[in-house]
Amino acid sequence: MTDVSIAASDTLPPRRRHGIDLSQPIMLAAAALLVVLIVLPIAWIVAYAFLDKSGALTLGNFAKLFTDPSFLDPLIATATIATSVGCLCCLIAAPMGWLVARSDMPARNLVRTLVMASFVTPPFLGAIAWELLAAPNSGLLNQAWRGLTGASADEHIFNIYSLGGVVFVITCYTFPYVFVLVANALDRIPGELEDASAMLGATSATTARRITIPMVLPAIIAGALIAFLQALNLFGSPAILAIPAGFHTLTTKIWSLFQFPPKPELAAAAALPLLVLTVVLLRAQKAVLGRRSYAVVGGKYGAPRPVPLGAFRWVALAGCLFMLLMPVFLPYAALLNAAFSKIPTRLVTWDTLSWQNVYFTFFELSQTGHVLKNTFLLGALSATLGTLLALIIAYLVARQSVRGHKILGFLATAPIAMPGIVLGVGLFLAYTRPPLVLYGTLWILLIAYITIELPAAYQQLQSAFHAVHPELEEASRILGATRLRSLRDITAPLLRTGVIATWCFIFVAVVRELSAAVILFTSDTKVLSVLIFDLKESGDLGAIAVLGLSMLALTTIVIALANSIPGRGGDIRLRENG
Amino acid sequence: MTTCTRLTRRQILLRSAAAAGTTFLPWKTSAHAAPGAPVVITPELIEAAKKEGRVNYYTSVEINLAEKLGKAFEAKFPGISVKVERTGAERNFQRIGQEYASKIYACDTVNSSDAAHFIVWKRDGLLETCEPEDVAKHYAAEYKDPDGTYAAWRVFLSPIAYNTRLVKPEDAPKSYKDLLDPKWVGKLVKAHPGYSGTIMTSTHQMSRDLGWEYFEKLAKQKVMQVQSAADPAKKLVLGERAVMVDGADYGIFLMQDKGDPIAIVYPEEGTPLITGPSAVLKKAPHPNAAKLFHCWSFTAEAQQLSIDVGGLRSAHALVKERPGRKPLSEIKTMKENAAEVEKMADDIKARYASYFKV
Repeated sequence: MTDVSIAASDTLPPRRRHGIDLSQPIMLAAAALLVVLIVLPIAWIVAYAFLDKSGALTLGNFAKLFTDPSFLDPLIATATIATSVGCLCCLIAAPMGWLVARSDMPARNLVRTLVMASFVTPPFLGAIAWELLAAPNSGLLNQAWRGLTGASADEHIFNIYSLGGVVFVITCYTFPYVFVLVANALDRIPGELEDASAMLGATSATTARRITIPMVLPAIIAGALIAFLQALNLFGSPAILAIPAGFHTLTTKIWSLFQFPPKPELAAAAALPLLVLTVVLLRAQKAVLGRRSYAVVGGKYGAPRPVPLGAFRWVALAGCLFMLLMPVFLPYAALLNAAFSKIPTRLVTWDTLSWQNVYFTFFELSQTGHVLKNTFLLGALSATLGTLLALIIAYLVARQSVRGHKILGFLATAPIAMPGIVLGVGLFLAYTRPPLVLYGTLWILLIAYITIELPAAYQQLQSAFHAVHPELEEASRILGATRLRSLRDITAPLLRTGVIATWCFIFVAVVRELSAAVILFTSDTKVLSVLIFDLKESGDLGAIAVLGLSMLALTTIVIALANSIPGRGGDIRLRENG
Repeated sequence: MTTCTRLTRRQILLRSAAAAGTTFLPWKTSAHAAPGAPVVITPELIEAAKKEGRVNYYTSVEINLAEKLGKAFEAKFPGISVKVERTGAERNFQRIGQEYASKIYACDTVNSSDAAHFIVWKRDGLLETCEPEDVAKHYAAEYKDPDGTYAAWRVFLSPIAYNTRLVKPEDAPKSYKDLLDPKWVGKLVKAHPGYSGTIMTSTHQMSRDLGWEYFEKLAKQKVMQVQSAADPAKKLVLGERAVMVDGADYGIFLMQDKGDPIAIVYPEEGTPLITGPSAVLKKAPHPNAAKLFHCWSFTAEAQQLSIDVGGLRSAHALVKERPGRKPLSEIKTMKENAAEVEKMADDIKARYASYFKV
């Protein structure tokens, strides 16, 4: 095939040059790009961690790391936080996922949407909002409680500046991961299995115990691991809540090693355990899933039968909405209040309403415009390039069209094992020296964002490809189109929804990313998350509220616009048979 | 009289040099010659600055004041925009170091609340010789570098303060020693020397005069740890904590003007005094705009602004302290020693972290 097209292109006019099958060179280029993106930063981290100043091999950095209490304490705190978050997320998200996917609870779609709203909320913004709500003395909830019970000014019921507070806030913005996994798994379980169990005389409890729970357990375990990893690698929430409480986590410790005088060798050494732990856990997850996954093969099943809850329907909905108070309603109410209040933790009335924060943010704060421009430029570029790269890789892997496609798939998912802060440290070490000095440019941030988001983008598009049967492409190829042409004319239009979803996913993730950006920014390449973090350190909560809400509004608009792009052949609906 | 004549001659020299610069040496970016001579704001300097159009101002002064200063400059010199890069002085110091190590020269002019930074930058050859005319004329020797690379742009204190709704004046602490009383457990807030130059400087003075044991005991009071020296007072106004151990006083004056419930205590042991110098960087990307901004920021007009809308104090001989604010001469202050801070900075941060855990 390849030979034919090359031969043809020699004789045909140049217009037909696109007849060359480019998949092999594209695959090589993609692989090379991935190797550079992933291997380079890790190599520098390893080098810095194991080499001393003269370049000799040393374990000194690790010895310091594991004997110095100022490193051990954060390690213990981090482990405690991550474990608690992992468990809590499952406790909250699994029942919610079941209610949304399997019960006749009213307003199920509303609950799904609200869970997504907590997903697009940057965890650091949530942490700041929760300071407004649950700081022990000034927190709005503590004030309300004192007002209701007449408790003295010294008493409080919530203290967000604590280990428990950190766990709580991280859980608020991590449980959507578990929720999505569980709800999707439940969506996929054929209702017939449960029906069969019921017809054989089992009670609903037995059916749940013997059928539903075992089938969804892999998803719950996978979710717990993802939640654990998120909590392990999160930077913003602990930086905002743990430091006032007087303790560090591993990520805030790594970040503090970049204070003057910077100690990149120690930061690298501290980053390696995070990396190793993440890899180990992901392998464990794979092992668990590999063993317990129930492939539901062939045939088309009926939609799962909703379990009638009776009068409990409304109780269940109330429960879900109560849970959603914490990540969505309360924080956004607190931010909205702070944006228009002179004192962020005083409730605004019509008489005290003030535009001062809005004015300051948009007309006095000289960085606002510049930072918004950087953020949206980077968001759009990362989303576009990231989607493109993921699309190419997913195509090459899904169609198994070239040799070595498995390595490509592995490389594309490898960055999932790289916590943002580790990647930040690695990229900083890699690109602050010749030949490629990218530090100080938007490129280094672009590389960081694409690398971080590639695994999720790749996985999304991979599943999208699975939904498009290869025979459609084959038909196009038989009719004489090249691989690229059939990709453009057949596959791409069919993938439109998946592509747009991926683009939006990357965009949202970039806008809310802080942990890599906080290591990699310079004054000219500052992004919104870093500006908010800067303002947080000087306690300018009003401006943060305005910026945070604008960020959410702009993100929503961008997503709405992306979803309204008319696609070629966008109306084609595929009737899948499997 | 003699000073006056000399300056006039310098002005003439400067103007001709600037004219020469623009006429014959178009590639020469600086509209200022004769190193060491005070820099006067000339129409040529303004013109050259306008061509550059922008100045990047790295500062650790409270953001509202920094932006107001920028807006006042933009109003005075239309066509030159000020981009304020505000973070803690120690952060800025690290940032400039990191940017310079990667050959990124983004900073035009810098103001820091840790005077020790200027010793380092000057030693490393980062600073441009640029002594504003006002500094030459109206600043006492103790507030400026004899070689004209930097001068004290602001003077302020790091006192104790309390929320007057939560603490009655008679119950308020009067000294640092009072803060060790068990009644303050969980009620104190303080800023961090790893972030804030103000706190680095005050921690040095307090550890010297009160001993490190003081901080060791203070750390047991469950102190809320914030970063910026501007933040403790904001936490008091929120009502989050009752008393601040340290933090900049200038924001507090503005809060008091607005009627916020906050009062200052000048502790019996003495109040840490901080001077925040400014300088122009040699590798400034907008050298003329940098000089113009720097010189303007030391004029009586700008210094008066920093007092009136910023709550700062000034070393400028011609500006007046605001009535109602206790004059510096009536306050017992601790002595600032930038050279010692420069030598001890790492030790201070390490000791602090060992007591306060962050």
